[in-house]
Amino acid sequence: MVLVYIDQADQQIKKSSLEAMSYGAAIAKQLGCEVAALVLGTVQDNLADLGKNGAQKVYHLKNESLNALDVKSYSTLIATAAKNANATVVVFAHNINGKAIAPAVAVKLEAGLVTGASSLPNTENGFVVTKTVFSGKAFASIQMETPIKVIAINQNSFGVVAYENTATVEEINIPIPTPSIKITKVDKVVGEIPLTEASLVVSGGRGLKGPEHWGILLDLAKALGAATACSRPVSDSDWRPHHEHVGQTGIQIAPNLYIAIGISGAIQHLAGVNRSKTIVVINKDPEAPFFKAADYGVIGDAFEVVPALTAAVLKSKAAN
Amino acid sequence: MKILVCISKTPDTTAKIAFTEGNTKFDENGVQWIINPYDEWYALVRAIELKEKDPNAFIHLVTVGSADAEPIIRKALALGGDEAIRIDSNSNDSFYVAKQIAAIAKEGNYDIIFTGKETIDYNSASIGSMLSALLDMPFVSLANEFNYNGNIATVKREIEGGEETCEVNLPVVISCQKGMAEQRIPNMRGIMAARTKPLKVVSPVEATATTSIKKFDTPPAKSGVKLVDPANMDELVRLLKEEAKVI
Repeated sequence: MVLVYIDQADQQIKKSSLEAMSYGAAIAKQLGCEVAALVLGTVQDNLADLGKNGAQKVYHLKNESLNALDVKSYSTLIATAAKNANATVVVFAHNINGKAIAPAVAVKLEAGLVTGASSLPNTENGFVVTKTVFSGKAFASIQMETPIKVIAINQNSFGVVAYENTATVEEINIPIPTPSIKITKVDKVVGEIPLTEASLVVSGGRGLKGPEHWGILLDLAKALGAATACSRPVSDSDWRPHHEHVGQTGIQIAPNLYIAIGISGAIQHLAGVNRSKTIVVINKDPEAPFFKAADYGVIGDAFEVVPALTAAVLKSKAAN
Repeated sequence: MKILVCISKTPDTTAKIAFTEGNTKFDENGVQWIINPYDEWYALVRAIELKEKDPNAFIHLVTVGSADAEPIIRKALALGGDEAIRIDSNSNDSFYVAKQIAAIAKEGNYDIIFTGKETIDYNSASIGSMLSALLDMPFVSLANEFNYNGNIATVKREIEGGEETCEVNLPVVISCQKGMAEQRIPNMRGIMAARTKPLKVVSPVEATATTSIKKFDTPPAKSGVKLVDPANMDELVRLLKEEAKVI
């Protein structure tokens, strides 16, 4: 049995978990075994719909107290559910929650662990999973030596696959441990697309010369339906909030499209975005190192190019 | 307050990433080694800031590595660690490494265990979470603020789409990220003092690695940038739609 942990935010199943579901279903097919989803807490989605992403069964531990992450309780519950289901592979999304929980679950199951996985396992000779290392600058093929394996799959690396199943939903009962943490305050950024889940990202650097010039970038992001990001100097100067900082020491993202405006492309910045599928660089300096890592480049003044691009995007959308 | 900070030796952020021995080993030739930035800038410096406010606090450093990790341990001591322990092993299996640190942590009865959010070489982001399971302690990941009052810590952490503040009883394991502390550099007094601070070397405890690296690959190089005329943004939109198929 392959068991996929389905993660939620605000009682909604996240895209990265649907990717993990599809990934888990593909592993189950490869191993010729069953695949089930595990959901903790209460969610608004129809859980039987997880069949559309490959689940045959959904185990649901329905309890409101499980709506906020507590690694100690979660890892105990997930490990118990995995043992009860005789799972040999447990899959997580390599997102904020998955990163926190998967290693503790691996310890509790005495399982080998690969986080940041980027491929299906190769099971021809053992069980080998490829993962990104050196902040996206390389891949490592990892042999997993234990009977049970825990794998956290990189976001936006496998994709959501459509199946025509309906999953059977089974409510399960596992004693819920006393919470180890108490949440006292939640600050959600309202109305923005979370960067790590975004498939389109527009990002600005020092080339925009000041926070008062961000309007052109926000307009482009709005036209595309993209999330916004920035380089380290921009967040260090408080032109933009820290949670927008992508790069080696900020957050690492892998969207389908990354548009870098006025960012030179220092190696530390690239480490945060080099797994993006398509990179567009807009910079007036033709020597900017970012052009070497880009798929498309525009050498020009951002203050002219970006509004023109926004207009072109809107025109194309209106034509459809 | 007894604080344990886990540090790891990683290649400098600008290091060339290459492999040798049939792509099975990281090529260390010419590589500058640093303290993993998350371990240094956020975990260690926050521990030092806490110690500056609490005269009864002390900071132990722990690393799993061979003798060539000693320069980065001395640097961490120069920044402000009190004592260091090096577990003499070169393993890069997270479970094996976590087992080693857990053994030290059990012996030292620490109130706070800090790790960086991940290392910049293997990017596994696993040690903190594994330690919490091995030590049966609460774990708060991606912390960007940490304070304590008596036996209760207040931690701000990143969650999907925002931040959350929580309270947790000590002892606790915390993984640290940006926001946690102000970066600093060691001063001359610290560097001199670090020379005589205790650095204990211990043998690893019995543990079995659960994974092994078979080979490394580097991603295929980009085929080269396609330049688009800045006066023709319709063309860029067309390329993104029809060629890259991303919008």
